[in-house]
Amino acid sequence: MLGRVHSTESFGSADGPGVRYLIFLQGCSMRCRYCHNVDTWALNKGELRGADELLDQAERYRNYWGEEGGITVSGGEALLQIDFLLELFSKAHNRGINTCLDTSLAPFSRKESYFEKFRNLMQVTDLVLADIKHIDPVAHKALTGKSNENILDALRYLSSINQPVWIRHVLVPGITDDDDYLKQTRAFITTLNNVERIEVLPYHSLGAFKWDKLGIPYTLGDTKPPTAERVANAERILLGTDECDAKHKC
Amino acid sequence: MQLRDEWSGFTGGHWTEDINVRDFIQKNYTPYEGDESFLVGPTEATDKLWGKVQEFQAQERANGGVLDCETEIVSGLTAYGPGYIDADMKDLERIVGLQTDKPLKRAFMPYGGIKMAQQAAETYGYHVNDKYDQIFNEYHKTHNQAVFDAYTPEMRAARHSHIVTGLPDTYGRGRIVGDYRRVALYGVDFLIAKKQEDLANCGDRTMTDDVIRLREEIAEQIRALKGMKEMAKIYGYDISAPATNAHEAFQWLYFGYLAAIKTQNGAAMSVGRISTFLDIYLERDLAAGTLSESEAQELVDHMVLKFRMVKFARIPSYNELFSGDPVWATLEMAGLGMDGRHMVTKNDYRFLHTLENMGPAPEPNLTVLYSKNLPKSFRNYAAKVSINTSSVQYENDDIMRPVWGDDYSICCCVSATETGKEMQFFGARANLAKCLLYAINGGVDAKFKDKQGRNMQVGPEFAPITSEYLDYDEVMHKFDLMMDWLADIYVNILNLIQYMHDKYYYEAAEMALIDTNVRRTFATGIAGFSHVVDSISAIKYAKVKCLRDENGIVYDFETEGDFPRYGNDDDRADDIAVWLLKAFMTKIKKHHTYRDSEPTTSILTITSNVVYGKATAGMPDGRKPYTPFAPGANPAYGAEQNGLLASLNSVAKLPYEYALDGISNTQTISPSALGNDPEQRKANLVSVMDGYFAAGAHHLNVNVFDTDKLKDAMEHPEKPEYANFTIRVSGYAVKFIDLTREQQLDVIARTCHDQM
Repeated sequence: MLGRVHSTESFGSADGPGVRYLIFLQGCSMRCRYCHNVDTWALNKGELRGADELLDQAERYRNYWGEEGGITVSGGEALLQIDFLLELFSKAHNRGINTCLDTSLAPFSRKESYFEKFRNLMQVTDLVLADIKHIDPVAHKALTGKSNENILDALRYLSSINQPVWIRHVLVPGITDDDDYLKQTRAFITTLNNVERIEVLPYHSLGAFKWDKLGIPYTLGDTKPPTAERVANAERILLGTDECDAKHKC
Repeated sequence: MQLRDEWSGFTGGHWTEDINVRDFIQKNYTPYEGDESFLVGPTEATDKLWGKVQEFQAQERANGGVLDCETEIVSGLTAYGPGYIDADMKDLERIVGLQTDKPLKRAFMPYGGIKMAQQAAETYGYHVNDKYDQIFNEYHKTHNQAVFDAYTPEMRAARHSHIVTGLPDTYGRGRIVGDYRRVALYGVDFLIAKKQEDLANCGDRTMTDDVIRLREEIAEQIRALKGMKEMAKIYGYDISAPATNAHEAFQWLYFGYLAAIKTQNGAAMSVGRISTFLDIYLERDLAAGTLSESEAQELVDHMVLKFRMVKFARIPSYNELFSGDPVWATLEMAGLGMDGRHMVTKNDYRFLHTLENMGPAPEPNLTVLYSKNLPKSFRNYAAKVSINTSSVQYENDDIMRPVWGDDYSICCCVSATETGKEMQFFGARANLAKCLLYAINGGVDAKFKDKQGRNMQVGPEFAPITSEYLDYDEVMHKFDLMMDWLADIYVNILNLIQYMHDKYYYEAAEMALIDTNVRRTFATGIAGFSHVVDSISAIKYAKVKCLRDENGIVYDFETEGDFPRYGNDDDRADDIAVWLLKAFMTKIKKHHTYRDSEPTTSILTITSNVVYGKATAGMPDGRKPYTPFAPGANPAYGAEQNGLLASLNSVAKLPYEYALDGISNTQTISPSALGNDPEQRKANLVSVMDGYFAAGAHHLNVNVFDTDKLKDAMEHPEKPEYANFTIRVSGYAVKFIDLTREQQLDVIARTCHDQM
């Protein structure tokens, strides 16, 4: 079967452990205001490619992966192409390639037959990089166009099956860097027992030009990247380093 | 056998009777498995001396690039009395010896060419004593005059049109690494005795050219060794016997190097593989309790301080080629031994640590001989220093060791040479991009005019291509013929230059520290590599239209359609790259090379990619007329579309066996693209290098910074944080603010691997 692929990148260093080959799948139903890959939204674009062909290409970089590296599938929203993803990750595991899924979890559902596919996918996924875009359901909807209920549900499910997860949070001044919200996010994270790492990603506007190119109004034009102090503050809260909480990694 | 007193504590072997430094190292070095935690900071003396040198460097920059220039005394081993960084602080200098009587003062070195030496002084507002005009024009010939006496008109045209550029016909050819360790291990008297033996056994009474020349050369070498002793005496040292401790070993070795840089102004004056050797002396003293770690680091820091101060007087056209005052005091670390043991010692850490103790610096050109089998802790530390200083280069020991053994040095930028056993006839680069244009234009240059104002006929007058659109088969046939011509004239120019250099500017002090029965390589080079590859690909896979001027000369192209480009791990383009290298090297090899030297080539431009580009019209790959080439073996600007590793894979496909002189690749990675935190960046850089070198690649310059920093440094060079801001360019490191603006813009334009 073929997947819709937006692009690939031979050198990924910030999306999962070690050096990784990145595959960006095409299509996303979220409409995050800070999205820096807005060109991946359209569901019907991208190049149709097969799993084996992609893995052959990825393996040209196997020398560079060391002990930790492998492939990361990102997007767009990779879970929108769950059938393809399942085939890709299954085949990757057969080749002994470490797999990492970078997702918003937005398509997650406990309804069959999706849920069964998701369960199977997790069998061949070594790590999930999950965004918590906003902890508050209303603010989440305002930011992304979708509610966060099934996203939080997905995270609870991943915790229940002990699926290793890294939590990522994009810090946008005035939208996601409010201390109360960050504390709520922290409180939610502490209910999970599978979180290996928490990363704060400072907002940047480097993707804004793509909005202009596609003629979509960019609503964060006046937003500046967060200051180093605000990033450190968010890290302190989300990692719980100011709680002296021994349960989680500080 | 009883060891000499100076060698007590060492394990004996062949090295005690014959000159064999490698044997000494293998029997005595201590591999170090630990991490950098043993390292110590700079001593007060180091801080003071380095502070003083930085003051001089600031004055030098304020003066327009030269602090002081000799105009009265011809440089030589004993031309000057002692020189110190600061006479009041001379007791703080653990390692002594300057090229002249004052720090950063440039010596007067006329033997390469009197005109160049005079011009260099004039450029900076100095005037060489007029008596030398007569001496070196009437009484004694220089290398430069001799070369021009013998050049043919065709050679002059090729030189003028920059199809061959960077010829060492006005200054020293460089690239000869004396085995300076021999001075420390054996003392000069033993070396003299050995050379006298060689002289006695040179020739069989039949006085052929070869024998006569060699006898004279050995005599010159012996004279240089005696001169070295006199030079050391000026500083109060007697180096006739071996060094007795670490301090003496450092000092003796440095005197050997000082002799080289007092007598030669070669483009590259490399130091060689000294770190592991010196570690043996440090270990002996540390074990005996006569030396502390702080004192050991101080010796390394002070020696490196001296390497940071080496200067030569150059003319503006030289600076355009090799920008930023480089001397290629290249110095190696690590590597593996033939027996499989790694050769990382504590001293390798100490040399890298100088970049932390005294901040980043372009010299010495610190080179890690890399293998993924080096200890992890060392690879991590090197990566950390690289990320923080952008001052380290890496070369693949796993592909060099089978060819050059485990005691090779790097002469110049990336070229291996077996220490003490080999020398190199080096010179210039062939502009293959221009060669492709000559194939299309029938040997006529698109830029340079003859005296009648017509475009110069530089290459042979083959029938030019007259069609509007280029035909792949036709171009390739003509390119093949034109490359034949270029290889032929290039080798012959070099033969001529090397002959004259041996005759008029022989490197007696360096050759005195190399075996008499020396092996010679003949190092050619290639420029414009990636543009030729992409242009051939464009002609093959797209439609290329010629743009002709009013004289019918093609000066640019319009390319319609897409075509594969080198730098994307796409075999369609990369196969062309491999073919091009093999084709050129095969043509070079067909020719007679001077003194039975072994021909090699490099894909390395240094900063000459800018000058070459300026002389070369547009190319079918879309490179605009008279704009810089990509440096070395780097893919063309903007060609890389699939990220860093795809680019590295393309370069790694080039077979080192066909470019034994080196394949230079310079990559700049933004810190955020290397990882989110320092630990991740370090680990990822190690993974990148492990993978790249495992794929068989030869060389990597690693820069880690954002383009914004370069732009700011270009606009605000006065900011103190940029005083020592060092970057790697093709083959060496340079202080960014010392580059010409043109070259700064070129560096900024190059691909920076950024975050997605």
